[in-house]
Amino acid sequence: MPEYKNIGLFIPCYIDQFYPQVGIASLELLEKLGCQVGFPLGQTCCGQPLANSGYERDTEGSSLHFIEQFQHFDYIVAPSGSCVLHIKEHFPASAKIHPSFPEIKDKIFELTEFLTDILKVAIQGKFPHRVGYHASCHGLRGLRLGASSELNIADFNKSKQLLSQLEGLDWVELDRKDECCGFGGTFAVSEEALSVQMGNDRLRDHTSHQVEIITGGDVSCLMHLEGIAKRQHEKLKFMHIAEILNQAIS
Amino acid sequence: MSHSEKASLFIQDAEKTQWHDETLWFVRKKRDLITKTIPEWEELRETASQIKDHVLDHLADYLEEFERNANKNGIQVHWAQNAEEHNRLVLDIIQSKQCQSIVKSKSILTEECHLNPFLEKNGVEVVDTDLGERIVQFLNQPPSHIVLPAIHLKKREISELFHEKLQTEKGNEDPYYLTQAARIHLREKFLNAKVAITGVNFAVAETGEFVVCTNEGNADMGVHLADVHIACMGIEKIIPRRKDLGVFMRILARSATGQPITNYSSHFRSPASGKEIHLILLDNGRSAQLKREKFRNSLKCIRCGACMNTCPIYRKSGGYSYDSTVPGPIGSILSPGTDLKKHSTLPFASTLCGSCSDVCPVKINIHEQLYEWRQEITKANPDRPKNLSMKLASGIFKSPLAYRISGTLMRKVIQALPNSILYHPLNSWGKQRDLPQVPKESFRDWYKNNRL
Repeated sequence: MPEYKNIGLFIPCYIDQFYPQVGIASLELLEKLGCQVGFPLGQTCCGQPLANSGYERDTEGSSLHFIEQFQHFDYIVAPSGSCVLHIKEHFPASAKIHPSFPEIKDKIFELTEFLTDILKVAIQGKFPHRVGYHASCHGLRGLRLGASSELNIADFNKSKQLLSQLEGLDWVELDRKDECCGFGGTFAVSEEALSVQMGNDRLRDHTSHQVEIITGGDVSCLMHLEGIAKRQHEKLKFMHIAEILNQAIS
Repeated sequence: MSHSEKASLFIQDAEKTQWHDETLWFVRKKRDLITKTIPEWEELRETASQIKDHVLDHLADYLEEFERNANKNGIQVHWAQNAEEHNRLVLDIIQSKQCQSIVKSKSILTEECHLNPFLEKNGVEVVDTDLGERIVQFLNQPPSHIVLPAIHLKKREISELFHEKLQTEKGNEDPYYLTQAARIHLREKFLNAKVAITGVNFAVAETGEFVVCTNEGNADMGVHLADVHIACMGIEKIIPRRKDLGVFMRILARSATGQPITNYSSHFRSPASGKEIHLILLDNGRSAQLKREKFRNSLKCIRCGACMNTCPIYRKSGGYSYDSTVPGPIGSILSPGTDLKKHSTLPFASTLCGSCSDVCPVKINIHEQLYEWRQEITKANPDRPKNLSMKLASGIFKSPLAYRISGTLMRKVIQALPNSILYHPLNSWGKQRDLPQVPKESFRDWYKNNRL
């Protein structure tokens, strides 16, 4: 295995604050797979909440700060498709002209694509559970972590490629394999009724297929779905894919 | 009313919301099935997209070429800068024929111009002959979908409507029976109309002909029985060559309804002897949109409606929640260009999931344009409290210290608050969702304690 010594871990703000266990799992997983990982303590937020609300122009400071924090790594890995997409596509023009930006854009990876495309490791482990996968839209249609159902292209899914290597894992095929959960950042609040309706419909697809654990590559979607499920006292469990892989490999 | 307010009202009828969602999802699935039988589907999309891009780059030239060739064919070509001019032109033609009653096949462009109320005000009876359009016309409603105008109505509602308007049997919901009643009713209207109006799906610059696609044959019935055919088209509907039609005819119906082709694809080139064809080329804001670099390629749209069928927001909030002639994702990027203030909530009626862009047969980057409109809207409509909170967030995100302090503070506050305050109605996250369990330490704290 080639050595990956200089990897910068980017932990999105809401994971840092609300889901430290996902950050820990990502770090431990990368270490188990032979990577040396650094976590710049000065990192903050990528700026996506502002930009998606129409205030991309106010993200110059946070974007330049991100570049400064991470430019010295060989690779940047984050357990979030959505934040990675934001950094690649929606930094403001004033940050995109930073001399390090083109490089940042090429060396930043969402966790699963880093495992399948860069590390290319075989995963050995056990996870005997019935798992439903929620494809985050930004990961799927933004980063192309899988084939979206609209396109007439060969089917693939990087998360499935990883999870299907785990012994005992029962991958559940859903009726609508890549419909949006309705989180959408501030959409979750500004269009509350619709957002919850969409979330409910996604949950029904999983529960009607007797899913035990819903997983995915973006905690934001999972936070929204779990919030609805908890309110309704559904016995579903939610785990980020890093948590499943990390637990299965140990 | 904002999109979210209208959507909340729609969702109150849970059963209908689910039905509406499933009905349109069924159309999306039909579209998936048939497009996957075409191995070169993605190439077709790319070709269609390139043709349309090319047309937008040379629009003026192609329009003039089209006009020259159409004139040679005996078509009378008119130009309208806006809806008012368009409606006036139509009325002048109708009045010059001393006609009091006209038939019209489906045309979203005439909806855009609000032609029906204008003609009615001027004493002309307008009969929409597409079944779905006739239904919404009976109800004095606009179409709720550009291809399936009455998709928001269930059989029962149509049966009640036809009982009232066409005296069908009370309670008879049989679609065949209801359709036959509409046919008999429309037949009489067809026979009495001297002028027929249609939309245009494609106009070919090279030949000066145009093509109208319908499933019911109502455009042909109207046009062939009338003395005068008025075709109304937006200037973006032009394509260069007849052979390009082969690309667009293959993608249109497959994307729209999952059919291989529309039942009727009618080519109009020259008027029959003794008859007239008038064609109106309408701008109505299209040139302005063409000048907006980030939004110009929205003009590639061929009005297939696939983005509506795939959009979870559209499916679960209905066409009327958009309050715009063209609803759904494509409407949300076209409408702000015509009235930014009125349509300012539409680009936010999206999770930016991108399904619209992937389903679009001419590869319009719809969700990216939604994102770009958001940037424009916050500049044009200053919302002071929001601007201020964004500036504050921006300050926090660029300073590690401010980020750490505010993050810790937020977690402490959430932990300390009793549920009665935490789940106060003002917290719209918490109305129907729990907040995540707040951890004692952030990842950063954990990292410092365990790795450094």
